[in-house]
Amino acid sequence: MSSQPVPGPVVRPRGRRLRTIFKNQGWQGLLFIAPAVILLGVLVAYPLVWTIVYSFGDTNAKLDIARWVGFDNFERLFTRDRVFLNRDDFPPEGALVNNIKWAFLYTTISLSLGLLIAVLAIRVRYESIIKAIVFVPMAIAATAVAIIWKFVYEPDPDIGVANAVLTNVFNVDPIVFLGRADTVNYAIIFAYVWASTGFAMVVLSAALKGIPEEIIEAAKTDGANEWAIFRRIQFPLLSLPMAVVTVWLTINVIKLFDVIYVLTRGGPGNSSEVIATQMFDELFQNGEGGYAAAIAVVMLLLVTPLMIYNIRRFRSEKVVT
Amino acid sequence: MTVSAEAAGRPAATVSQRLLRFIARTPVHIALLVIAVIWLVPTVGLAITSFRPRDQIQASGWWTTFNDFAFTLHNYDLVLENAGMGSSFVNSVIITVPSTILPLAIGAAAAYAFSWINFPFRDTIFLFIVALMVVPIQMALVPLLRLFRDLGISDWYVGIWLAHTAFGLPLAVFLLRNFFITLPRDLIEAARVDGASNLRIFMRVVLPLSVPALASYGIFQFLWVWNDLLMALVFISDSDLFPMTKRIVETQGTYGAEYHLLASGAFLLMIVPLIVFFALQRYFVQGLLAGSVK
Repeated sequence: MSSQPVPGPVVRPRGRRLRTIFKNQGWQGLLFIAPAVILLGVLVAYPLVWTIVYSFGDTNAKLDIARWVGFDNFERLFTRDRVFLNRDDFPPEGALVNNIKWAFLYTTISLSLGLLIAVLAIRVRYESIIKAIVFVPMAIAATAVAIIWKFVYEPDPDIGVANAVLTNVFNVDPIVFLGRADTVNYAIIFAYVWASTGFAMVVLSAALKGIPEEIIEAAKTDGANEWAIFRRIQFPLLSLPMAVVTVWLTINVIKLFDVIYVLTRGGPGNSSEVIATQMFDELFQNGEGGYAAAIAVVMLLLVTPLMIYNIRRFRSEKVVT
Repeated sequence: MTVSAEAAGRPAATVSQRLLRFIARTPVHIALLVIAVIWLVPTVGLAITSFRPRDQIQASGWWTTFNDFAFTLHNYDLVLENAGMGSSFVNSVIITVPSTILPLAIGAAAAYAFSWINFPFRDTIFLFIVALMVVPIQMALVPLLRLFRDLGISDWYVGIWLAHTAFGLPLAVFLLRNFFITLPRDLIEAARVDGASNLRIFMRVVLPLSVPALASYGIFQFLWVWNDLLMALVFISDSDLFPMTKRIVETQGTYGAEYHLLASGAFLLMIVPLIVFFALQRYFVQGLLAGSVK
């Protein structure tokens, strides 16, 4: 980089010169963004529009639109597809209901456990070790998480550790966790909580440490006990980061695919099916491109408001980065 | 500052006070111990299993292995050679490296323009790109399958490279632009006045100052691609090209619950992310947190 003084007429004020330089660089700016814009246009935006178009049609084996069906795919999804939404029984079942179940249970448990671990770990010297232990599964592929937990849940108490504990410690008969419609969802939810609680923990732990020491000390001087400090000071101050974590976990639920695909493929029957696994099966097993596209559109509609909320929060609160 | 003055004036804790405090903390220690056990046991169990002979795995639990320890690397031999995890490891590298470098480079260039060059509709275009972060990969699967088939690139890695790059880009642009605009304005303008071109400022000023942000995104994208199953299922159909995630699923399909293969396979898949975790923990945590917008 040359450090010579700027050549040319000295009379020209520096600010104006800068502005003209800036203005003439417009075409360069476009050059810099061109690769990104082209890739995103061809590989994300254009397919996105096409998927919406597809969702109004039926496709043939070559994924061409064979005929137009209007809103029939969506109508079928919400009224006639017992895999997606089964309203015959009460409570209703199906992939969509499972996603809702996940959104409540997984989000609540993951958030509470993350908060609990953050609050407890801050009180001990080995805080960093505990946090590392809980955070490591975040690095592991969902595929590996699935294998790890499939092994834990093995029905034979001489193989699976969960049933070994049940039979040897609690004297209960072994449970086929992944083979029963009434346990499979809770078993997978627990596995996924295990995999991603580290995220909630790290965010909440950082937020907890961001609370000024003076506030806590002042409360202690006023005679507040630890529970009161948590309940009246720390918890209210954590509400924003908790909202961000909740939204992120919920987005995660809507996109949920790998762990269920590897653990159960949506089975037994369709009892652990979720939106993303059903979409995959419609596309690759049933060859229903249009119907799969309609499911993808539902996913997009579900995830969009959450995402907008999250980006706004991230930008305004600077919780992260 | 009366508080700290008071704290300083407090007499140092005696041994008995410290002991009392430790006892008062006992429930905390117990709770944390339980948590540590729950979080360690599943992974440790699979790790031990990956070194046990097949007949032992089926006969007794891994927790009994301390009585009749029979360490073997045979499972790893089997899974690397017969089950093809060795070549899949290479395939995973071939898929992951370009899928990380491309969005990093392309995203950084775009982020530079969005932060330091004025051009028409700049903020509108940026907003559009950020909005694309919402889009689930499922939203592009059907048209992309067709597009790659029509272009004749569905047989090799080009399709999955492109798909990962495109879906990694919005986050790259968003994160890097948010970092680039925090660089001191005077620095960029001084370089401009000195006659440095945009390319030069980007390469010599902005990039060297942004290593932490580049590393955070790079690690996130690397792990994302390395751990991805969905794109591999969709865009890689030739079994010679399978990455490790897809190979494990295939192994499970062919052999069933054969844990001597699944355990060692899963550990081979985990090894690279774990190395990254322990070597680059700070960037790693930052990357995952930043990337969690995705």
